[in-house]
Amino acid sequence: MYILGIDTATRVAGAAVAGDGRLVSERFIHNLKTHSQNIIPMIQQVMDDAGIKPADLDGIAVTGGPGSFTGLRIGMAVAKTMGQALNIPVMGVSTLRVLAWNYYRTSGLICPVLDARRNEVYTGIYGSGPEGLEELVKPAAMSVEQLLDELSRRRETVIFLGDGVPVYRDTMITRLGSQALFGTMINSFPRAGAVAELGTIKLQQGYTEDYTFLQPVYLRKSEAETTWEKKHGQ
Amino acid sequence: MSAEAIILGIETSCDETSAAVIADGSRIMSNVISSQVPVHQRFGGVVPEIASRKHVELINSVIRQSLDEAGVTFKDLTAVAVTYGPGLVGALLVGVSAAKALAYTLDLPLIGLNHVECHIYGNFLTKPPELPVVCLVVSGGHTDLIFIEAHGSYQLIGRTRDDAAGEAFDKVARVMGLGYPGGPLIDRLAAEGNPAAIDFPRAYLENDSFDFSFSGLKSSVLNYLNKAKMRGEEIDQADLAASFQGAVVDVLTDKAVAAAVKYGVNTVLLAGGVAANTGLRRELTRRAQPFGISVRYPEPVFCTDNAAMVACAGYYKYLRREFAPLTLNAVPGLKLGKDAY
Ligand SMILES: [Zn+2]
Repeated sequence: MYILGIDTATRVAGAAVAGDGRLVSERFIHNLKTHSQNIIPMIQQVMDDAGIKPADLDGIAVTGGPGSFTGLRIGMAVAKTMGQALNIPVMGVSTLRVLAWNYYRTSGLICPVLDARRNEVYTGIYGSGPEGLEELVKPAAMSVEQLLDELSRRRETVIFLGDGVPVYRDTMITRLGSQALFGTMINSFPRAGAVAELGTIKLQQGYTEDYTFLQPVYLRKSEAETTWEKKHGQ
Repeated sequence: MSAEAIILGIETSCDETSAAVIADGSRIMSNVISSQVPVHQRFGGVVPEIASRKHVELINSVIRQSLDEAGVTFKDLTAVAVTYGPGLVGALLVGVSAAKALAYTLDLPLIGLNHVECHIYGNFLTKPPELPVVCLVVSGGHTDLIFIEAHGSYQLIGRTRDDAAGEAFDKVARVMGLGYPGGPLIDRLAAEGNPAAIDFPRAYLENDSFDFSFSGLKSSVLNYLNKAKMRGEEIDQADLAASFQGAVVDVLTDKAVAAAVKYGVNTVLLAGGVAANTGLRRELTRRAQPFGISVRYPEPVFCTDNAAMVACAGYYKYLRREFAPLTLNAVPGLKLGKDAY
């Protein structure tokens, strides 16, 4: 069984092929260039490296949000359309879960943090359960203060990772002291290999959803909607 | 096996998600358009972020429907054609990403197209006109006069210096309280009004210029409305619409006919959303006739954004073997006749 993993959710672009219980090939680019130009050639490369053709794929997994709105749509449009052409399942995997996967089975809490600007982060809190990652606080856009309140109540060590860390690192240390730990450089970004692995697990658990209308999980409305709702008292 | 070139066209440059299957550039097998107009109506215009979200939600069902209606499968396709600019970058990216995914997965040639070029080719869907021609492209984003000597060869001979004609229609419709989109609403109202009722200015600019300007006209309409309001006068909406539309149409038709004469062509093509305007179609035809110039325009459904025109333009590019690489990006400011890949 071969699964293609695609990630263009943040400033990193990645593609990977997992098959027969191993990660076969992976590419990762953090050069801030446009994902739109990079992603198909990257997919082409990992497929060639794995020695397989699109028709050999059994499923496609993609980081489904949160993240950069545009980045998410590029990955989602590519994944859904490839899946449609091949008539195989397409799975959206939470970007936060993909990040947390880097520290699965470490003790304490895992807290992926993506910079959502406007003084907010996209975040969730995860723990390592016997069957996989446990979602202790579900993904949301919130202020870093609100997140740190929640974490300090839990009194456990927490490992932070993601592109929100450089922005809020000092605040995290000030607030949580030695309770706060930080991921290593290699483990601080979403990895397409993890996307492929989580997709494989999902498929093995019998995923059969219709992805035709699948959309990214933005966790935030468009500014136009927010403004409109405010103006109309909703 | 048939030797026809069966091209899937994809269009997501603004607020229509569209896919079409066209054989040999003229046999329309399907043309599916999912319009987002109702989604954007409460905002009084297209919201780019919402348009992009809708595109990614709808693109695959629209592609599916276009194949089903055409009675073909992915295996029957010869090439994939997609609009990659100009337009809203986030919206364009959805179509471009989907088209590239198909091209890679199905090992098909990828054809990248300019949106204005696609509008022009809306005229080639049924009975392709013979070149050379002069084309007047009028839409919410464009007012261009283009001399087309051969397929793929475009010479821009005039353009708007401020607002696009369609933009002027939308703005005037808004201040008249008609709603969005403004073009069809004004056109309908104008049919019942007197175009000579109010004398609005016509901007012809320099003598030999084929450029346009509609900002002065727009201000005049605003002034007229303000004055009437201050005096407490009742406004005849139909007369106002007819007079405004008459002023726009006068300049557009005069310059289009003059350009056709200067470049020695027998045909003027109308293209773009405003090409559906009945007043413009009628006047241009009437004024071109004494010069022996015939006027062609697409059916209304091929005037608004649609993928049939993309697949048609794609066919002519396919014949020239002008293919795009899989690194194709959305180019929001793409210039006509200058591919950016
Ligand atoms: Zn258009």
